[in-house]
Amino acid sequence: MNPRDAGAGAPLRGKRKASPGSVRRAFQPWNDPAAEPLVVFRNVTKRFDTVTAVDNLSLALYPREFFALLGASGCGKTTLMRMLAGFEQPDAGEILLDGVDITAVPPHRRPINMMFQSYALFPHLSVGDNIAYGLRREGLPRERIARRVAEMLALVKLDGLEKRRPDQLSGGQRQRVALARSLAKRPKLLLLDEPMAALDRKLRESTQFELMDLQSELGLTFMVVTHDQDEAMTMADRMAVMNHGRLVQIGPPDEIYEAPTSRYVAEFVGDINILEGRVASVAGEIVRVETAMAGAVELDEEAASLAIGEAIFVGLRPEKITLSHDEPAQVVNKVAGEIWDIGYLGDFTMVQVMVGGDDGQLLKVALANRTRRIERPFAWEDRVWLSWDVEAGLVLPP
Amino acid sequence: MKRLGPGLIMALVAGFAFLYLPILALIAYSFNASRLVTVWGGFSTHWYGALMANEPLLDAAWLSIRLAFVSATAATVLGTLAALALARHGAFRGRTLFSGMVLAPLVMPEVITGLSLLLLFVSAQVERGFWTVTIAHATFSLGFACIVVQSRLAGFDRSLEEAARDLGATPVITFWTVTLPLIWPAVAAAWMLAFTLSLDDLVIASFTTGPGATTLPMRLYSAVRLGVSPEINAACTIMIGAVALVVIAASLLLKRDQLAGA
Amino acid sequence: MKTGNGPAHRRGHLVVAVPYLWLLLFFLAPFAIVLRMAFSDAATDLPPYAPHFQGFSQLGEFIAALDLENFRLLGDDALYWQSYLYSLRIAALTTLIALAIGYPLAYAMASVPRRWQGMLLVLVILPFWTSFLIRVYAWIGILRPEGLLDIVLTGMGVTSEPLRLLNTEAAVLIGMVYSYLPFMVLPLFATLQKLDRSLLEAAADLGAPALTAFATVTLPLSIPGILAGSALVFIPAVGEFVIPDLLGGPDTVMIGKVLWSEFFSNRDWPLASAVAVVLLFVLVAPLALLQRARLARGGVA
Repeated sequence: MNPRDAGAGAPLRGKRKASPGSVRRAFQPWNDPAAEPLVVFRNVTKRFDTVTAVDNLSLALYPREFFALLGASGCGKTTLMRMLAGFEQPDAGEILLDGVDITAVPPHRRPINMMFQSYALFPHLSVGDNIAYGLRREGLPRERIARRVAEMLALVKLDGLEKRRPDQLSGGQRQRVALARSLAKRPKLLLLDEPMAALDRKLRESTQFELMDLQSELGLTFMVVTHDQDEAMTMADRMAVMNHGRLVQIGPPDEIYEAPTSRYVAEFVGDINILEGRVASVAGEIVRVETAMAGAVELDEEAASLAIGEAIFVGLRPEKITLSHDEPAQVVNKVAGEIWDIGYLGDFTMVQVMVGGDDGQLLKVALANRTRRIERPFAWEDRVWLSWDVEAGLVLPP
Repeated sequence: MKRLGPGLIMALVAGFAFLYLPILALIAYSFNASRLVTVWGGFSTHWYGALMANEPLLDAAWLSIRLAFVSATAATVLGTLAALALARHGAFRGRTLFSGMVLAPLVMPEVITGLSLLLLFVSAQVERGFWTVTIAHATFSLGFACIVVQSRLAGFDRSLEEAARDLGATPVITFWTVTLPLIWPAVAAAWMLAFTLSLDDLVIASFTTGPGATTLPMRLYSAVRLGVSPEINAACTIMIGAVALVVIAASLLLKRDQLAGA
Repeated sequence: MKTGNGPAHRRGHLVVAVPYLWLLLFFLAPFAIVLRMAFSDAATDLPPYAPHFQGFSQLGEFIAALDLENFRLLGDDALYWQSYLYSLRIAALTTLIALAIGYPLAYAMASVPRRWQGMLLVLVILPFWTSFLIRVYAWIGILRPEGLLDIVLTGMGVTSEPLRLLNTEAAVLIGMVYSYLPFMVLPLFATLQKLDRSLLEAAADLGAPALTAFATVTLPLSIPGILAGSALVFIPAVGEFVIPDLLGGPDTVMIGKVLWSEFFSNRDWPLASAVAVVLLFVLVAPLALLQRARLARGGVA
């Protein structure tokens, strides 16, 4: 996770639906007790032999939501999606669509369509026939199918390529055909399995925004499954982090990034420094933590549940740390260290600082490269100071 | 490897010479005017004319072709079903026995397959002839057909079938609109293989045939036992030519298919 | 796939059931009959040869009625076990010679530029598609006295009198190697072609001369192909009938030919069945060994 990308998500979301703040107020069905969910997983469990892929999981998706399921490979996210499409049967629990139990409905009778990671375009059919495939299964009249295919081609900006075969298309074009094919039947829910995995980085970014525009334009519900956090954060209204068949945390992307509730989520989404420590005192909203490597650290946190002496982790994102040669004055949270490594990454530079002596801990600090000048304010083996606000640190349960 | 050493070129030349010289010699002598193989009596198509007048041989050839057509079709259908069963149906009851039975004919000596089927037909008191040979050939080609189709199914992207299901196709519609068109080259190859195996078989046919159903290999076999004759050379040349044409056509078709599909 | 529902699921069962029933009827049942026949009396009449199996209550009687005479005969008469051994010997020799010819050929094929490989592959397969009988027949024309080989050799002054190769063991071996060579080349080529050429470059980079690199990298990695090719040649070669019959002579008696003549000439069906049963065991043993070797290699196939 690059800090740059983390930042990129929020403002650009604004381009789509007014400002980020108003989005949250306008579209938050998950906080509205009266909202009817589109999809409900109720205590769903799925096992493969001895492996529990999905473990007693419950989840609700709301109409018009762009939901992202994020997790490492093998966390069960693909199984969850395949159960929704009907390719896997849960061993326990039920799946509801619009309040109706669809657990036993075979895939071809579900009003849910899927865009496959491999796109799964039929290689023996033309682009037009690929898009028409689902419509033909409905037995629609010829003209209506032709009209709908033309509509879909226009939607994904592939007009004129109807007669091509999938192998005559570029990767990006193939992805659009797959999208058009899965949207042609106007599904209630569109599942996207790693939709950007096969695209190169540049194409990925533009496609992400196009997909978001399409979703809000058509008013559809999307569920995207991905292991790529940039993708999830850029596109999703709400995302879930999955691990060992369970949902570890659900929430809007900024909440997941800025307020992870567990060390797993904090480390999985973005870069983070973890300091081990014990609660020294709690005064109002300020928690004081005695850490082994960085001394006393103060955090501005909801601290009601913390007990004095309790072992906790303090999480600190690299971009929230300031680096200086001189000891900063009037700052509570600061620690001295020595630069061990400098990684120049173009848009920013990642500096690794050893604190707490040579056998201490390496902390990552991200420095934005705001100018073109190749100045080198910091060099290897410099003695430096790290400092951060009381709002920067996170309390994470052990 | 960029360069081919002289050793490798030798290996290629010698290997292919070994494979092809005997066949070329056989073809050459089918055009020999002399009956004696030792003497080159000039170019002649005399033996082809004689062949066309050899009624029993022509009858046998026609019977073999019909038989190969029916048994190859049966073997391809059964072999494709077996390949689907093995590739798609996971662990069904009796799977080990099933795959064993599918693959056993591949390594089973033909004399045993032939003997065992004959004993079955005798016990069941079935009149032996065209149909018993057809069944026997279908049974032993089934495994070959299955392997060919299975290799294609192994490289088959399962998500294509899932995509069809997802778009509203029932399992049967999925098979006809997606699976079959995509494994078609393998199915065709399986059919050709089964056809050739049937056309080629002497041993199993000899065991399972009855009066009035003498296949081409059986006729050729009895002719060959009597000795070399340019007429047999002519018959062989025609068969080789037909096979070469079919194989070349098939490989061109396959190449076009690959160009269009890959 | 257990996602099927209702009628679709039942149709799914048909996919398994149809070939399954076919094989039970036309493969397993005949086999059971052969086994039963092998234990019955040599008779001149047609089946049913006794004994019949009439349920488990008569199991004792059934076993008592089993006639081991056929197998005793196979053991006592030197003709039979000698022809088993001879078949194994010929099959082993065929396999070795086919490997010696096929390996360099497959290696050379895998080394030519990729655009030529497809054509060479078709050229190797093509003889396989032509009739077995034709290929054997072609060699009769070459090997028989005053055949092509004699003409060429005497013409070149190498020999002065006919070699008389036809109807000898050499002729059988030539015919066998010729007929089974494609089966050896194909798996070898498949293995060698997949072999990553950069492995050889890595070996060279690490200081191995070409021959050492071949012996330490290429050869070990092509063992699966060698095993597969050898099995494809050896197994059918053991039971071969046509080649020893047409190219061999009175002293090249392979077991397939024995079975054939017991059946067609002597009309002793029970004895032919017993020969078949023993032949199967002879074949199953090396197959089982091969399978164990493959499993021991971690399932490299």
